[in-house]
Amino acid sequence: MTPFTRVEGRAYVLPQINVDTDLIIPAEYLKTIRRSGLGRHAFDVLRQTPGNVFDDPVNRGAPILIAGENFGCGSSREHAAWALFDLGIRAVIAPSFSDIFASNAFKNGIVAVELDRACVDALFLCARQHTVCVDLERMSVTCGTGDPASFTMDPFRRECLLAGLDQIALTLTHEPAIRDHEIRIGI
Amino acid sequence: MSQSPRTLYEKIWDAHVVARRDDGTCLIYIDRHLVHEVTSPQAFEGLRMAGRTVRRPDLTLAVADHNLPTTARVDRSGARIPIADPASREQLAALEDNVAAFGVPYIDANAAEQGIVHVVGPEQGFTLPGTTVVCGDSHTAAHGALGALAFGIGTSEVEHVLATQTLMMKPSPTLEIRVDGTLGFGVTPKDLILAIIGRIGAAGGSGHVIEYRGSTFAEMSVEGRLTCANMSIEAGARSGLIAPDDKTFAYLRGRPMAPRGQDWLRAVEQWRLLATDDGARFDRSIWIDASEIAPTVTWGTSPEDVAPITGIVPHPHSFDSQAKSDAARRALEYMGVQAGQRLQDIAIEHVFIGSCTNGRIEDLRAAAEVLKGRKLGQGIKQAIVVPGSGLVKRQAEAEALDRIFIDAGFEWREPGCSMCLAMNPDKVPPGERCASTSNRNFVGRQGPGARTHLMSPPMAAAAAVTGRLTDVRDLVGYDAAKAAA
Repeated sequence: MTPFTRVEGRAYVLPQINVDTDLIIPAEYLKTIRRSGLGRHAFDVLRQTPGNVFDDPVNRGAPILIAGENFGCGSSREHAAWALFDLGIRAVIAPSFSDIFASNAFKNGIVAVELDRACVDALFLCARQHTVCVDLERMSVTCGTGDPASFTMDPFRRECLLAGLDQIALTLTHEPAIRDHEIRIGI
Repeated sequence: MSQSPRTLYEKIWDAHVVARRDDGTCLIYIDRHLVHEVTSPQAFEGLRMAGRTVRRPDLTLAVADHNLPTTARVDRSGARIPIADPASREQLAALEDNVAAFGVPYIDANAAEQGIVHVVGPEQGFTLPGTTVVCGDSHTAAHGALGALAFGIGTSEVEHVLATQTLMMKPSPTLEIRVDGTLGFGVTPKDLILAIIGRIGAAGGSGHVIEYRGSTFAEMSVEGRLTCANMSIEAGARSGLIAPDDKTFAYLRGRPMAPRGQDWLRAVEQWRLLATDDGARFDRSIWIDASEIAPTVTWGTSPEDVAPITGIVPHPHSFDSQAKSDAARRALEYMGVQAGQRLQDIAIEHVFIGSCTNGRIEDLRAAAEVLKGRKLGQGIKQAIVVPGSGLVKRQAEAEALDRIFIDAGFEWREPGCSMCLAMNPDKVPPGERCASTSNRNFVGRQGPGARTHLMSPPMAAAAAVTGRLTDVRDLVGYDAAKAAA
């Protein structure tokens, strides 16, 4: 996994609730057997509207996305996280996330930052003019020259993100305990 | 030894903890892993790159469902017809290569047992009470209907389970949804779960494990429970549990992968302990009176956008937040409906009966009951029935349900995910409208620009007959039925 410490840059502003993973990447593009290359199809439907935020030249290569509540709801497709990563997004900020999306993002080194609704509403305005900085070491989000907003994150996830740990290798250190469990339940 | 009262979820969780970290993160053992063609290729590729193997192929079962066309799969000579779409064909080939290379049991695309992964698991007895079940698919929640702790995972977690048979996770808070009373005439488990999602919202169960309790679920068939648990994810919950009971055991007995003989008796004895103890605490609880539920449909682009069929499309300004009003405004525009419009005045062009939510034999029986002796209404361009598995299809044919559907004007298809999601040839054309028994009405879910109204199988059948959203109770004579009762 790619380690994550801090990212700063432009942010795509998407002030919608319930942004589902079908909207992030439609099923048509799930036929790939690779992880890469999905960025150009990310938010396919929204990008059909002229002047959309994703094709705005000032946002080219923006590493941050700011959205409304329940971001990433619906399908468990990790293609949504791969598409965002491929688009260059390293942090998503929203008042809340679907569990599966948050987990998928984490596994791909994308930080899902939960801030309260008022903070996110303020960011929707600020980020149109200024760059945003997400700092995982300090657990803070800063927009322009404003005061940093602090966020919390599961300590295990934070540790893994900062170090870019290979989760499977970590789990395999528990192999004796896994074997013991199998013996205990007789399988 | 006395122990404090525990919920069903806590009992299953406790029995699967392999290791625990100081911060509360646990390594949880996974008893059953279902694999399909869409979310597994990158996971197998990851194993290859790291030189890893599948730790327990014997606890893994693979079947293709999302990509498969639902038209004939073999020609007259019995030879397999290749999938026309090269990308879909490649994905199916990748699954077949991977299961062969890693020794994973696989149900062939042309086997009678092939079907939607969440129909196949319970049907084969692969899913058992008290087990942990995962699949790279959010509707894995369905298996919770049998008292299994079942949840959808992403592809990285699929790879993690293939390699280690475990997952790292934290325990979830619990949400009790208690429903008591009898569902009214024409009201099905699908209407109940849509009404529940409408009540608590698309994020109402986020982070929680739901346990469905109360007399309504106790009286409900296992098929109906599967429909409800299946849609737990549409309320944001990863899992939805229903305690196993005699109905569960009767459903599972004799299934190919269920225990047999003495093992069966021992298993049932253990499964009977899988109930929430008296006095166990849930983090949240809600209560619903089943008699208040009407046949329910969606009007918007989130499964929380529901209304009783007797109702109207809501006004965007009637919502309690600006964000929700904005979402409703966008939904109305996409759906091509007007605020205040009667739901029963909305005309449809397509009907889809099937999916992991409503593709089981009971669903097909309920739809056929409505369609018997009736025909597709004016304006219906396409109506398809897609059984959830080959075994469901075979059973339906044995009951001559296929004749009822075909006589009414439906197409009788091969099993698969079909029109539930637009990644096989079954799609709703842009701007056209579908009465669908599936689980998601998201923008573009059934095809770019497609407009979806979610509902029960009898309601979809009623819409097929009239060509518009219809109260099935009116069509089949609610008053007459009430008088007879």
